[in-house]
Amino acid sequence: MAIFVDQNTKVIVQGLTGGQGRFHGLRNKAYGTQVVGGVTPGKAGQDVEGIPVFDSVEDAVKATGATASFIAVPPKAAPAAILEAARAGIGFVVCITEGIPAQDEARVYATLQRDFPATRLLGPNCPGIISPGKCNIGITAGEIAQLPTASGPNVGIVSRSGTLTYQALYELKQQGIGVSTCVGIGGDPVPGTSFVDCLAEFQTDPETHAIIMIGEIGGSAEEEAAEFITNHVTKPMSAYIAGVTAPAGKKMGHAGAIVSGGKGTAQGKMDALRMAGVKIGLNPTEAGSLMAEIVNNLH
Amino acid sequence: MDLFEYQGKQYFAKYNIPVSAGGVALTVDEAVAEAEKAQYPVVVKAQVQVGGRGKAGGIKLATNADEVRLHAGNILGMDIKGHVVKRVWIEHASDIAEEYYASFTLDRAAKQHLLMLSAQGGVDIEDVAAKDPTAIVKLHINPINGLSLATARQASVDAKIPEKALNGVADMLVRLYECFTKGDCDLAEINPLILKPTGEVHALDAKVSLDSNAAFRHPEWEEYAATEELDAREQLAREKDLQYIGLDGTVGIIANGAGLAMSTLDVVNQVGGSAANFLDIGGGANAELMTAALEVINSDAKVKSILINIFGGITRGEEVAKGIVEAVKRVSLRAPIVIRLDGTNAEEGRKILAEAGIPDSQLTSRPTMLEAARAAVALAK
Repeated sequence: MAIFVDQNTKVIVQGLTGGQGRFHGLRNKAYGTQVVGGVTPGKAGQDVEGIPVFDSVEDAVKATGATASFIAVPPKAAPAAILEAARAGIGFVVCITEGIPAQDEARVYATLQRDFPATRLLGPNCPGIISPGKCNIGITAGEIAQLPTASGPNVGIVSRSGTLTYQALYELKQQGIGVSTCVGIGGDPVPGTSFVDCLAEFQTDPETHAIIMIGEIGGSAEEEAAEFITNHVTKPMSAYIAGVTAPAGKKMGHAGAIVSGGKGTAQGKMDALRMAGVKIGLNPTEAGSLMAEIVNNLH
Repeated sequence: MDLFEYQGKQYFAKYNIPVSAGGVALTVDEAVAEAEKAQYPVVVKAQVQVGGRGKAGGIKLATNADEVRLHAGNILGMDIKGHVVKRVWIEHASDIAEEYYASFTLDRAAKQHLLMLSAQGGVDIEDVAAKDPTAIVKLHINPINGLSLATARQASVDAKIPEKALNGVADMLVRLYECFTKGDCDLAEINPLILKPTGEVHALDAKVSLDSNAAFRHPEWEEYAATEELDAREQLAREKDLQYIGLDGTVGIIANGAGLAMSTLDVVNQVGGSAANFLDIGGGANAELMTAALEVINSDAKVKSILINIFGGITRGEEVAKGIVEAVKRVSLRAPIVIRLDGTNAEEGRKILAEAGIPDSQLTSRPTMLEAARAAVALAK
């Protein structure tokens, strides 16, 4: 088991013929992901190293039976691409595009909620998702993820930041701890999938025994996660929140990472999670060590 | 990107939101000329992107040229909470019967637009929220439904806006909402939104923050970028297309990824140091990017040591190391570098760094973030 994606997930890449789509799409395929097609309007009939290209998601789904889509197109085109995938019946959409206007994100999210409730969007502006040994969609380097073991214990990872996600994967690999699924939800103001969505899945996933969560300043997603953990999560957790020293009013690289009006501070988020029983590391390595302790106690 | 009040008013005017006639002035003479155009009495207002201008003496009424001279002379160059006033806005003084508050933002938790409306305006809205939360009406708006005039009117009734101002306020809300959505604002706020004795509703102030991700469809925003208050380091970083934020400390920071960069700041702070900046060079970390990053850090006189924190994912450790060696050769650095290189092929990368012939006084390597931060902080003292 894993969450959201596994060995049976069939993926198409929207923007496969573009630089990013080709590079990451082929890497995902090389990892073992079932990348069954690509979509670029006007390029139907072509192929990218044997992967067939279609004019529309609808055509690609009909021909390949794809269930997931990986969107690697520029910010101007991404909102329409997400909705096209949903309209074609794709159940899981991963959008790595950085720089989509917040107003567009809000409209896309509301449209998915109203018209396509069966479609889950991961991202935008996220590194993607990897269920080690089964499926890798996005930009994560697959080789830094430790395979899960049948007997466990395995850890689920959910994170708002790309490089800190890799850091977490790497820390666990150093310690020989398997990962069930690692989800990067992205650093934008309106993410399609939240911490809470992922925690709910990890809680019910039999292959996941403990959870690492990596948050950052801005918004209130970590506080909402803390409330959910208190009421619904029984699996042990460690967490790290980036941005303790971030100055107020400045966007720290990610469009969503901003402390405004005294809200969204790292300290507030850490306090909320600690209250919910989560072990808090003051840096990513410490969160990894805390997880190693948790896992050793589970053996 | 935050706008100055005068820019916010100009932005409002594009969406037919009534604002006072006026002009911006950089000197006392310009202020007098603008006052003559706007006709006395006028208000001289400091243009700074920080609240509390009035209390600091940055907003003054003037009834003739001498008073404009006096006030503009005092206000230009004034330091308001660390912001030096470079411009004043001169507008015709409005008669005020009542003051309200209205704003639109994106509520990230609800993933919907949020209207906040209050019949108590002209004061800090956080104070109103603390003293009398029921005085603020909060209304969520589904982005695909938008805000109708009827809904805006009902919100105004709920906020206890008096009968005589209801139509004007509701109309204003619809216009402000259009400015917020079509104008790609993160925040569009009017405080105070005034009712004149003559019955018109009018925006007396403007607080607008634009979503820089939407700049591609707003070529008119270029003029705002030109007046953005960047320090010399931030200006250089912008020219080199780097994600940089200047801070006050002594340890220069370079990391790949926004999260890792934030985390590096935190760790430096934990071990008793202070960061000079936030700098994310993205996933690639090649020689060109690294050179540009080191040039920006090198331009900061306060920097005593440089901490490079790279996690190799798809970009492997040896490629990162080669990029760093190349960059160190190109830039004549004033401060020593401590590097932490981890991730894919990190050992090969560290070997390249160790064998590059760069003296230890210039570049040292540490295996973990914490150890690298300690070394960099020690060098900065």
